[in-house]
Amino acid sequence: MALRGNWMYENNGGTCVAIAGADYCVIAADTRLSVGYSIYTRDYSKICKLADKCVMASSGFQGDLKALQKNLAAKHLIYQHQHNKQMSCPAMAQLLSNTLYYKRFFPYYTFNILGGLDSDEKGCVFTYDAVGSYERVGYSAHGTGAGLIIPVLDNQLKSPSPLLLPAKDAVTPLSEMEAVDLVKDVFASATERDIYTGDKVEILVINASGIRQELMELRKD
Amino acid sequence: MGYMCWSSEIAYSGGMARFAADVPTRGGFSFDLCQRNEMLLKKGNQLPTFRKTGTTIVGLVFEDGVILGADTRATEGPIVADKNCEKIHYMAPNIYCCGAGTAADTEAVTDMVSSQLQLHRYATGRESRVVTALTLLKSHLFSYQGHVSAALVLGGVDITGPHLHTVYPHGSTDTLPFATMGSGSLAAMAIFESKFREGLTRDEGIKLVSEAICSGIFNDLGSGSNVDVCVITRGQTEYLRNHQLPNPRTYVSSRGYNFLKGHTGKTGEPYIPPNPRR
Repeated sequence: MALRGNWMYENNGGTCVAIAGADYCVIAADTRLSVGYSIYTRDYSKICKLADKCVMASSGFQGDLKALQKNLAAKHLIYQHQHNKQMSCPAMAQLLSNTLYYKRFFPYYTFNILGGLDSDEKGCVFTYDAVGSYERVGYSAHGTGAGLIIPVLDNQLKSPSPLLLPAKDAVTPLSEMEAVDLVKDVFASATERDIYTGDKVEILVINASGIRQELMELRKD
Repeated sequence: MGYMCWSSEIAYSGGMARFAADVPTRGGFSFDLCQRNEMLLKKGNQLPTFRKTGTTIVGLVFEDGVILGADTRATEGPIVADKNCEKIHYMAPNIYCCGAGTAADTEAVTDMVSSQLQLHRYATGRESRVVTALTLLKSHLFSYQGHVSAALVLGGVDITGPHLHTVYPHGSTDTLPFATMGSGSLAAMAIFESKFREGLTRDEGIKLVSEAICSGIFNDLGSGSNVDVCVITRGQTEYLRNHQLPNPRTYVSSRGYNFLKGHTGKTGEPYIPPNPRR
């Protein structure tokens, strides 16, 4: 962190995306860690598995992200001891919101997306701002490439976005294969035009059989 | 503009500058709006940003002449504005110039000096010399006191031999056997400092220049896409546009995208074609 005066944060760049399906959830984030015009590492995971069916991806200040992940993991462990079961995705969503708002006056500089399966084994995606305001949606993107990606997702995922009323079930009719194909294409496109996105994209697919991980190469320039 | 024109006979009381309508403009920048811009900034209005090239450009002298290299990415802040722009500019048949900094400034200044060189060739009946281009560039940039944000690597071969120079936005120059400029200059210079030696052959020189540009492309976020190379020797210039393309797109969707009729919402108002008889 180059402390200029008392500016405590740094933006490490990167993009994350999540799409919820009828019985799956796709979460993806690139693996580039950068600052200014330099690359720190090409191999940094911005995704964290919080529970069996709950995964979080974030962009922003990775120092704060590491602290947030540790915080949530500790709270989840306590929950497991007290309730003898894993936290469900909607429960974890509320926990994350409370954890973020707890630091309302010195925020975690992270822009989070939570993805997983809810208690009915349907895909769910929760999107957050830096201080804990959250909403369940059909798809979301955050980070330096989000501005390039969200218009494409709006166009392709005929699923309801918050703009369409009355609010319908927040999942897309696409199959799992098609959603993963869309995520790969959308990352390749964002990489072309955003200097902070690139190197590799880590794609996680959560469904009834567990969590499957895939790494795809992106442009390294 | 808000300024009124006063005739030169009326003295403006208050002792401030006289606005004389019949004095011709002296060229250069007019700083009249600076006060108003500062006022707007205080009110919260943001100045528009320029497109910078965020670049890696290099040059080196080899046994038969000069080799120039450049990447091809133009950025507007964090966004890539042009994935394949040309940063090696023509100055004369035997002189080329790489440009880093504000794209409009590098284009304008190299085009201007290129024209001046051509007129000079017609007047003298001789091939242009690199030092001529150098002097024209540096005096122009100095007179604009660094406001013309162009950082250049100028190279060429003339009757006195091969020459390589760097020109900075404020107007200073260096004469060097190898040079790098732009945001990726450190990455490229690291390669040059470890591998450069005097008297490289043409192939060795091209390979070294490509390596230096690639170092900038992969390690600097302001540089990217492809490698352009320009080889200048006595009597011949080769412009190798896109000499290397080390960054192909990694994924193309096999599904493709379908935009069906009715995809875009309509308001329902009828379309009335314009009257052709008008």
